[in-house]
Amino acid sequence: MDLIAATGGWLADPAHWQGPNGVPIRLFEHVGLSGVSLVLSALVALPLGLWIGHTGRFSWWIVGSANAWRALPSFAVIGLLVPFTTVLDANLGFTLYPTLIAMVVLAGPPILVNAYQGVAGVDRDLVEAARAMGMRERQILAGVEIPIALPVLATGLRSAAVQVIATATLGATFGFGGLGRLIVLGDANQDNGELFGGVVLVAALALATLGLFTLLERRLTSPGLSGRTAG
Amino acid sequence: MSGEPLVRWDWLFAHLGPIADRMGQHLYLAGIAVGLGFAISFALAALSIRRRRIYPLVTLLATAAYTIPSFALFAALVPVTGLTVLTAEIPLILYTFVLFVPNIVAGFDRVPWDVLDAADGMGFTRGQRWWRVELPLAVPLVVAGLRLASVSTIGLVTVSAILGDSLGGLGYYILDGYHRHFATEILVGGLLSIGLAVVADLGFVLLQRFLTPWASRRTEKARWT
Repeated sequence: MDLIAATGGWLADPAHWQGPNGVPIRLFEHVGLSGVSLVLSALVALPLGLWIGHTGRFSWWIVGSANAWRALPSFAVIGLLVPFTTVLDANLGFTLYPTLIAMVVLAGPPILVNAYQGVAGVDRDLVEAARAMGMRERQILAGVEIPIALPVLATGLRSAAVQVIATATLGATFGFGGLGRLIVLGDANQDNGELFGGVVLVAALALATLGLFTLLERRLTSPGLSGRTAG
Repeated sequence: MSGEPLVRWDWLFAHLGPIADRMGQHLYLAGIAVGLGFAISFALAALSIRRRRIYPLVTLLATAAYTIPSFALFAALVPVTGLTVLTAEIPLILYTFVLFVPNIVAGFDRVPWDVLDAADGMGFTRGQRWWRVELPLAVPLVVAGLRLASVSTIGLVTVSAILGDSLGGLGYYILDGYHRHFATEILVGGLLSIGLAVVADLGFVLLQRFLTPWASRRTEKARWT
């Protein structure tokens, strides 16, 4: 019960919600880094996945490498990047770049695989019908395949977003700020209020991301698709 | 980290013993988590198959648990269970549920009814039918779950290095190398932990071929929520 009181007390203290080390700054760092890496990852993975799904080229490569990619532990990836990013920039290479790059790497596979599976799973008869109607390949992708694949694409984005938000917490061990910093400081200062305050905020942010992207997924599903049973 | 080579081979060769010990600890921590996680998940899956209504609840709780960052969960347990193996194992075990339960349930679900009827027709008791028909047919997806869980757990063991020098397996070298600005140590810890995950993954692929020689060479695609 002491822990709950300490956590509540820490979170309720207005002093912890202002200034350069306040919760809003940490939240901004956390969401900012996650957002940037998600966008960077999507810029590469989304077009690549759509193209592979549409043409069917290199699909063996996707299936083969997706699981191997997922096997990369983020803690090891962040650490392994440090010796190389510090060569580029002694300061940011020690604090920001390793976490940022590792999060881009982490977000890639779910976005890529779902973009590929979503488009490749579109009924081939529909694609042939569109082609017979005189639609160009680009129009088929934009007008037929992507709208039908949208729910699957959104699932990939959700899974990437939740993993990145959760894993970005590790950045605090490697010089980056974010909400994980509260946990590191709480642990170092033996301040259970700060430690658990950080834990509560990080868990809430991860669950909120899950909820937000699930809502987005529902909104993106065309009414014509949601009426069907799974298939 | 400048002015010296990326890999200091002399350090590496002088520390082969401690590196082997850390690797052993890594496998020990991951092994307990995957073993106990599998046992608990099997019970949860068996319960979910019998009482279908609780299955969505089980998956919801498992997904929610998986969403909580490992870093936060490890740190949160310190004031409760201290810097012990238990503190490392509780999150590691929790995270395996979302990988095991859906695969075990799906594995048993897809055993065809006519196969079960045929087994009954041949006079198998319920226990015989489970052991000799249902379990072998469920093996591919169960092993697919084992692959996912072992790879994921071996990765997460590195995070337990934040609990102090006495834990973390190979993750200790990643964190210690970072603090000491010593690239060789980071490379040893990072590359070996990735190597362990890859070897574990291949090991389970071979196990599946051994257990189900009649199945096609294609390995089963796991369910991933």
